[in-house]
Amino acid sequence: MNISLNITKTITELLSGFMPESAANIGAMVTIALIYLAIFAVAGLYLVLLERKVAAWFQLRLGPNRVGPWGLLQTMADALKLVSKELTGTVKADKFLYNLAPYFVIVSSLMALSVFPFTQEFQAFDINIGLFFLIAISSIGVIGILLGGWASNNKFALIGAMRSGVQTISYELSVGLSLLTMVLLTGTLQLSEIIEVQKNGWLIVQGHIPAVIAFMIYMIAGTAETNRAPFDMVEAESELGAGFHTEYSGMKFAYFFLAEFINMFIIAAIATTVFFGGWLSPFGITESIPWLGVFWFIGKTFMLVFLMMWFRWTFPRLRVDQLLTLEWKYLLPLNLLNIVLMALIVWLGFTIQL
Amino acid sequence: MDTTIKNSNLKSEEYFINMGPQHPATHGVLRLLLTIDGEIIKKVEPDLGYIHRSIEKMCERDSYQQIVHLTDRMDYLSSHINNEAVCLTVENALQLEIPDRVKVIRTIIGELTRIASHTLWWGVMGMDVGALTTYFYGFRDREMINDIFEETCGARLTMNYNIPGGLMFDIHPNFVKRTKEFIAHFKTKLPEYDTLLTGNVIFQKRMKGVGVLTKEDAISFGASGPVGRGSGYSCDVRKHHPYSAIDKVTFNEVLKTDGDSFARYQVRVQEMWESLSIIEQLIDNIPEGDVQVATNAVIKLPKGEFYQKVETARGELGVYINSTGTKNPYRLKFRSPGFSNLSLLNHIAVGSKIGDLVASMATLDLVIPDIDR
Repeated sequence: MNISLNITKTITELLSGFMPESAANIGAMVTIALIYLAIFAVAGLYLVLLERKVAAWFQLRLGPNRVGPWGLLQTMADALKLVSKELTGTVKADKFLYNLAPYFVIVSSLMALSVFPFTQEFQAFDINIGLFFLIAISSIGVIGILLGGWASNNKFALIGAMRSGVQTISYELSVGLSLLTMVLLTGTLQLSEIIEVQKNGWLIVQGHIPAVIAFMIYMIAGTAETNRAPFDMVEAESELGAGFHTEYSGMKFAYFFLAEFINMFIIAAIATTVFFGGWLSPFGITESIPWLGVFWFIGKTFMLVFLMMWFRWTFPRLRVDQLLTLEWKYLLPLNLLNIVLMALIVWLGFTIQL
Repeated sequence: MDTTIKNSNLKSEEYFINMGPQHPATHGVLRLLLTIDGEIIKKVEPDLGYIHRSIEKMCERDSYQQIVHLTDRMDYLSSHINNEAVCLTVENALQLEIPDRVKVIRTIIGELTRIASHTLWWGVMGMDVGALTTYFYGFRDREMINDIFEETCGARLTMNYNIPGGLMFDIHPNFVKRTKEFIAHFKTKLPEYDTLLTGNVIFQKRMKGVGVLTKEDAISFGASGPVGRGSGYSCDVRKHHPYSAIDKVTFNEVLKTDGDSFARYQVRVQEMWESLSIIEQLIDNIPEGDVQVATNAVIKLPKGEFYQKVETARGELGVYINSTGTKNPYRLKFRSPGFSNLSLLNHIAVGSKIGDLVASMATLDLVIPDIDR
């Protein structure tokens, strides 16, 4: 079932019409990379705008509304400002690592985006270990944060980076295990096949109780992975100023900032794919029009993104030891139990097939 | 609280960071010299003086009418109450008979000031523990009070409404109506404060058992206001030494015995209810009469020492005037609540985490110009 490389194929076929095949392959890859970069730079910017609007809505404000209609160009203007700003740095900073750090963060988030099936057709890269690839790639980001904090030669940044290391490594366990729970149900790691399985009902319905528990654990751990409130120990502006990116300015800061928002999108998109049927429409109502899958995928993802924003603007921040207590004493044992429960359910065939 | 690994050969090194003078949690220009072992605080040393304006020395230069204007700039969130403290001291020294109307208006505006200060504290406190939304909820309600002040005396923050001998001018005709509107509004909004923050499980985990101050320590450090009352130390000046029209009303002194950050938090939230009740009791029967008694253009206090204390939103503010019978004080000393409350920060924060330090500092409700003067 190799239906999913269609977008790559289409472009390759188009290009091979007027150039040799090897050049066409490379051309297709570059084109797709550029398309993805463009889409997600814009998506990241508009997620920032969405967050500001959502925050304003929670906080009795209007939010950005001056630049462009309804403030739609606000984040574009901000990005332009950031591009034109001077890149400052600290004295005695480790220049090489300091400059390298933002790229780890942004590259890992952009790479993770490549495997998502936005529709049946629209997927750049469908490998049979898709879910594993996602977890692996998204954990590279923490290296960038650690490096950035370490190389900044700033104690606040260092504390932020160390917190981030502790937090991300701990919560990756929960993210991994809760996804593993769902893999027990699907029997595959390939994202396109995970979605195919869900034609008999979304996994959150198929797996009922353990799936719901896994989803809740995943959302908590996922929020912690992206270092967002209530787990924003890493930045904790009332404690550490700006945390690990205190000393970054201009575009390097913007990389960290954009990566945070794209990571949020990734966490929500994984949840959409694994729990809520990806591009599948509810009850197959738009099955005859495949391209509407994008609408469903983005719609579901944004519901989850909104949920994460809701967390952020409602909850106070945990303390760093409470954060670790939550993971190691509660989420992890619960998760292990949940895997056993899911295994039992799959073994005994107690799943719900619509 | 101390979570260092016991009986272990692991060694860690203490290091030193500067928190402030420009830091989001210090609410102004307070500088804390922190000695830290990892996340655990070993020592907190406040360093003051970044906003010192020598107000006490300037007072020695100025006439008594002018001094009132300086006191606005100390604890700017209780500016009216600060003014009242100086005016009361001068009036007591001159043994002036103040009209009842003045007393009642002073008390109403004083309690409105207290609510305004506590709402701001509540919003900022939420921000310090990471709940950014509280700030705007607090400011929404504070804005209504500021509008009332603006209409009454033309200023929203540094009010200068008091003068020795009474008030600058009478209240605005809308004052009573708008104050009643505010009371009705705030009674529906104050429960929101509890649903948004007080009941939150993360918030309670962050607050309970953090920054514990015993009653004995509270007394020995000279804590006052909600900080002292959170530790069960009955120290409300309004109760023990009533001034202005406070003896005409009934209200409860809010006391909590836990002494932790959550107790201090609860004291302030409940104090807002008490202040509302005080205003409600007074707003309908503001007596008719003058708003000033005539004083000499140049006020000369008799020779001697005079002291008056009032309860600001932060605690006990004392004004000590030493007069030699001239038109300015020979020495004027403010006993500011923030200074004593700051002094116990090291005591309650040692052994806790950086996050706890920020949370305990937020519940002390520090206003730096009040500490530095």
